[in-house]
Amino acid sequence: MANRSFLARLLTYLTQIHAVADTEFRKLRRDPSELITRAVQPAIWLILFGEVMANVRGLSTDNGSYLDFLAPGILAQSVLFSAIFYGIAVIWERDLGVLHRQMVSPAPRTALVFGKALASGLRGLVQGFFVYVLSALLGIKLSLSLFDLAGAIALIWLGSALFSTFSLIIACIVKTRDRFMGIGQVLTMPIFFASNAIYPIDLMPPWLKSIAIGNPLTYEVDGLRAVMLQGGVTRYGLGTDVAILAAATVISVLIAARLYPRLTE
Amino acid sequence: MMPKILHDATDPMFAEKATVIETKDLTKEFGSFTAVNAVTLSVNAGEIFGLIGPNGAGKSTLIKMLTTLLHPTRGQASIAGIDLFADPAQIRARIGYVPQLVSADGNLTGYENLLMSARLYDIPHAEREDVIADALARVELSDAKDRLVQHYSGGMIRRLEIAQAMLHKPAVLFLDEPTVGLDPVARHAVWQHLRDLRDDIGTTILLTTHQMDEADALCDRIGIMHAGRLDSVDTPAALKSAIGPDATLDDVFAALTGHDLVAGGTLSNIRRERQSVRSHG
Repeated sequence: MANRSFLARLLTYLTQIHAVADTEFRKLRRDPSELITRAVQPAIWLILFGEVMANVRGLSTDNGSYLDFLAPGILAQSVLFSAIFYGIAVIWERDLGVLHRQMVSPAPRTALVFGKALASGLRGLVQGFFVYVLSALLGIKLSLSLFDLAGAIALIWLGSALFSTFSLIIACIVKTRDRFMGIGQVLTMPIFFASNAIYPIDLMPPWLKSIAIGNPLTYEVDGLRAVMLQGGVTRYGLGTDVAILAAATVISVLIAARLYPRLTE
Repeated sequence: MMPKILHDATDPMFAEKATVIETKDLTKEFGSFTAVNAVTLSVNAGEIFGLIGPNGAGKSTLIKMLTTLLHPTRGQASIAGIDLFADPAQIRARIGYVPQLVSADGNLTGYENLLMSARLYDIPHAEREDVIADALARVELSDAKDRLVQHYSGGMIRRLEIAQAMLHKPAVLFLDEPTVGLDPVARHAVWQHLRDLRDDIGTTILLTTHQMDEADALCDRIGIMHAGRLDSVDTPAALKSAIGPDATLDDVFAALTGHDLVAGGTLSNIRRERQSVRSHG
């Protein structure tokens, strides 16, 4: 093994990531019903919440209407919500016995975690597609340039990978479905509300503002604002957003890989 | 070429055969509870070795340590000459494991399950399809390969899991309660597949069971586990003849441990077992 070339080992590693991701793709393709029901939530936020809040005068956004401001936030939210329950699916796989088989394989734990993260990106992209369609119907001016679309895909994929891996870390710590259900709710709401998803960060009191600046969802939303809307602008810069999300993903994968074996002990 | 297996442990040849699994004082403690207590064991190449004992005896915990899922508290172990602690990834490449729970994914087809294993074990792309086809043929699932596993019978699922675990031709195959919940026909089919693996490929097999007829019919040697200890290791025939002329393995077990085999087990053991029976159809 040690004398194999770097390229051969990299290929093996990618094959092992693909092994995990591909099974998830196949299952999603076979039963996409979950993806479709999940599209209801962003619709409720944009249509019910968005249309009402658009009339609140205090909500001054940098430029454009409140709905324009909200749409990328809701896209990021649906990425977060569909990824955050990934951990419970993994606990379920552990309860069935499917996870044991991956754990006794020689595949590095990081490959197993990356595979899951990659698959979660597909769910995020389907959510993104629904939010784009919905936003177009609501008259939001979307940017459909090739660069912006590629940027949106990358950001959605990164965000899904990050939050699904974060979810996996929680799963490795709490270990049971019941406990996960409780903690999943407790974590999702603060991540969502302590971010710039539905109101500008400048409206926040200083203590909340500092939390929001440390919240990866803020950078997901910030990046999406730039690439989703015509004339969209970022606060932190697209490069910074992507770099922060990528770094957080890599760190999460390393932590999750370390904790993953706890599930099958 | 693997040497033909001699079923008589007293044969001098036996001592010369390569040891594939070796443990010394292997111990696992969970807090103040000792699940596996100083187990010293050696299993020879090409042997079918059975660990028998009631629920909660420590059989599954011992297998989990040997398959690198669980870190031992103390002791030593090696598989195929590789130290368990030194390089778990090297161990994993050389073992196959069929857990008590159902490790085949019900939402995938039989073929897809094998494809996943082939990729995880990095079977070269060019050989992949042939290896999978051979594995399916060996366990007589070629015709069912494109059906979802959730529509398989319990026996078919177990055979698929054995194929999955054997895809990379491991030196050792571990099976935890391989025939729990199967009907007699399916049980015998699983036994026959395990014998074939040993005879054709020379795989060393270590399995746990609490069914005496299974240990009697399938295993070259058995080890009796009780309350975390490995009490007695010998051939089924030798164990029985030590007790009396018409002794069964049940009698052996009662004589060695002072307990009936059927007694014992915690709520979680029983729940897990019923669950696994249910999921096997």
